[in-house]
Amino acid sequence: MVMSMFDQLAGALDGRAGLILAAFSLASLAFAVAVDSTKASPRVVEFTLGNGLQVLVIPDHRAPVVTQMIWYKVGAADEPRGSSGIAHFLEHLMFKGTEAIPPGQFSKIVARNGGEDNAFTNHDVTAYFQRVAKDRLPTVMAMEADRMANLRLSEEDVATERNVILEERRSRVDNDPSSILQEQMMSALYANHPYGIPIIGWSHEIAALDREDALGFYKRFYAPNNALLVIAGDVEPDEVRKLAEETFGKLPPHRSLNDRSRPQEPDHYAPVKVELEDARAGRMTVQRYYLTPSYATAAPGEAEALDLLMRIAAVGSVSKLYKRLVIEQKKAASAGGWYSDSGLDDGRVAFYAIGAEKVTPAELEAAIDGVIAELRETGVTQGELDRARSAYLAEFVYTQDSQSRMARHYGWRLATGMTVADVEAWPERLKQVTVDNIRAVARKYLVEKNSVTGILVPAPDQTSRGEQPVHVPHPGRS
Amino acid sequence: MRQRGFLRPFARQGVGLAASFAFLAALAATPADAMDIKRVVSPGGIEAWLVESHANPLIAMRFAFRGGAAQDPQDKQGLAYFVSGMMDEGAGELDSIAFQERLQTLAMRVDFDAGRDVMLGNVQMLTANRDASFDLLRLALSQPRFDADALERVRGQIIAGLRFDENDPEEVASLAWDRLAFQDHPYGRPIKGTRASIAAMTQEDLRDYVGRVFARDKLVISVVGDIDAETLGRTLDHVFGALPQASSLAPIADAKPPMGPTREVIVMEVPQSVAQFGHRAFPRKDDDFIAAYILNYIIGGGGFSSRLMEEVREKRGLAYSVHSNLFPYQYGAVFVGNVATQNERVGQSLEVIESELRRLAEGGPSAEELAGAKSYLTGAYALRFESSSSIANQLLWIQIEDLGIDYVDRRNDIIEEVSLDDIKRVAKRLIEADRLITTIVGKPVEAKPKKAPG
Repeated sequence: MVMSMFDQLAGALDGRAGLILAAFSLASLAFAVAVDSTKASPRVVEFTLGNGLQVLVIPDHRAPVVTQMIWYKVGAADEPRGSSGIAHFLEHLMFKGTEAIPPGQFSKIVARNGGEDNAFTNHDVTAYFQRVAKDRLPTVMAMEADRMANLRLSEEDVATERNVILEERRSRVDNDPSSILQEQMMSALYANHPYGIPIIGWSHEIAALDREDALGFYKRFYAPNNALLVIAGDVEPDEVRKLAEETFGKLPPHRSLNDRSRPQEPDHYAPVKVELEDARAGRMTVQRYYLTPSYATAAPGEAEALDLLMRIAAVGSVSKLYKRLVIEQKKAASAGGWYSDSGLDDGRVAFYAIGAEKVTPAELEAAIDGVIAELRETGVTQGELDRARSAYLAEFVYTQDSQSRMARHYGWRLATGMTVADVEAWPERLKQVTVDNIRAVARKYLVEKNSVTGILVPAPDQTSRGEQPVHVPHPGRS
Repeated sequence: MRQRGFLRPFARQGVGLAASFAFLAALAATPADAMDIKRVVSPGGIEAWLVESHANPLIAMRFAFRGGAAQDPQDKQGLAYFVSGMMDEGAGELDSIAFQERLQTLAMRVDFDAGRDVMLGNVQMLTANRDASFDLLRLALSQPRFDADALERVRGQIIAGLRFDENDPEEVASLAWDRLAFQDHPYGRPIKGTRASIAAMTQEDLRDYVGRVFARDKLVISVVGDIDAETLGRTLDHVFGALPQASSLAPIADAKPPMGPTREVIVMEVPQSVAQFGHRAFPRKDDDFIAAYILNYIIGGGGFSSRLMEEVREKRGLAYSVHSNLFPYQYGAVFVGNVATQNERVGQSLEVIESELRRLAEGGPSAEELAGAKSYLTGAYALRFESSSSIANQLLWIQIEDLGIDYVDRRNDIIEEVSLDDIKRVAKRLIEADRLITTIVGKPVEAKPKKAPG
């Protein structure tokens, strides 16, 4: 058993329902994978409408259901300075209504059609999705196309939803010290790039967002030529093309697409350490982030090597970090890490360890440093690489088993700049990674000056749990 | 690792949302259209339900032993949970690392999970590695090692997890609620145990649990994917045949949750208070269960189509999340809701919730609400059968709840048969808005606690 504590926190914000989505591994979308066990892959069909809407169809006829996802190529890192949270706020407001859909009815109509819907926002993309029986696809596609162009917002809806989002922030961040620490670490890691600003936004800036901010952002970024439609499930590409032309196809494109170049990180000259003492911390933990390229920004082969490096170094209980810290040295109760590889701009790798009883932060940090040094100096073995790589490649078989996961994983990559060809060539590129490549990226990117260390320490007295429950025999309703 | 709300045939999956047009539902595809469920009995007499599908080169298997955390002895709370954490920590000749490396080499997934009433197993494997994967599963089930160092490691992880949980307002509210609702019944105990009970757990305790619970007479199995009935039959004997035939479960009494009003405030330094509310409900076998299930959808199970979401979030912006659930545990069912609101306004959230519950108990839902609920519940049923592993999960819970192999075909009709009169009667029977058990964790301002004997 491996207890994961933090690796889910670095992904996207689910705007509507309380999921945090981890960044998705490429294995999940590699079709032309080179595992002997794989059979013929579903055929993915891609086309573009006249107004610039990119469309991807992933047929899967096993169940009479479809998944529709619309991905806008905009996220929190595209927000105007000082309006943090507006991308995510708009995502909430997209459910409010249009001329055709009365206020608050969007999700209710989907539900009346036996469907489920939701949405999420991250730094680079904003996505909306529905899962429905296949005969309801025309309905949800028409609704999704409608709100791409015809959103209507009342001042009252905006004011109420702002309170909802402030509650969301309290749930996700303010009530949870490890989330607070992660926010601080991201701010330090990205000193200039907007990845340093939380997706949900800073409280004081959320509180100041208004209807004009939301509509301004909507008008700038929501357009067919800035979006990707993914349909997975019991459909044929021709059906989808026809439906898409009748719905999204009627919308005018934006004349000029927005530039998505963001302020980049300057060189960093010194490591940063962030320490948070909090009564609610539960257990001492140490986390370490390093700036790295993402798949979108990496030199050829480097992202693949980083990907495998992190799987060998930090994923699961056969990882180096877990073996050294948890099994051998017994300094940590658990340990792990991940590679945030899917951004438009530079990503990061992360390591974390949850301290064993009586271990100090300094000891735990030193233990992590020991593993980092080992990765830099001796790298990984051929056996470790072979095992991790074949397991990684095999993951796609499991992903291929679920149409909604396929839609999500393909959409994620295509919306952040990859092509279908890139995705399909990925297993080949992964197979070319050598132990030398892995050691090279470890040496190049696990560099102290590009790192941020976060330490979370429980306050000496566990005051939060020191108080006895107070019983109130009658609810005292007023 | 939240232990409540496993995916069951009657629990919402993912994000449920909803409302009307019953006539549309009749057009919706049913999962049965695309599925043939076979009952496979092995030469040795072990039964499994199989949906054979060769579309992808994988096999999903789910199984359960009836007898979950409720089988933990009073002084061994957290035992089933501890066992679930140790099942992939070495078996037979393979120590923990060797076992984990073997899993990785086979690209195989194995998870165990301790529920209140069942110990669940979830396995996925590639067809190419089928025989070796089943060999490893057999080893894990029949010869777990429970080595001392692995035991200490998992113990350390569970205790670390408990320390996080002690500071997680949701977890604290939930545990406190269970204590108030179930009291001395096994359901009143924490599934993950306590720091003290986990610290005292021994290898013998784990072996004792496995010896009592991991037996063929309490086993249900579902399999979906790239395997035929004959191969599965042989495989069942191979994987599960080494387990003893007879379990030795402790008898569990029926829980009789008392009614409130009871409100417990647990002070924690957080800006947002987290509350759990609810009371007893009907068991799965009750004739009114389905009506109660539909009613719960209308109350707070239906995401943005639910009354609570409409009143608390959409109209007033009091919370990001508010929802309710029915948990029809084997020995005691409860209706439970959750909400999280800033300390200053949590009292208002709870007032709105109580007032909505009262309104529903008195007047019942409208015809339109019922139609909307039916339309969603019947239409969305097919969505639960999207992947091999989600199909296996559905079939497993149908077996656990003993609903019959034709349940998938019948299920939507059962929903459609509930009338407005039924649901109004059941609303009166189920909901007691003035007798809720409520736990609040945070620093609630309006719901000012007065010290009183508990």
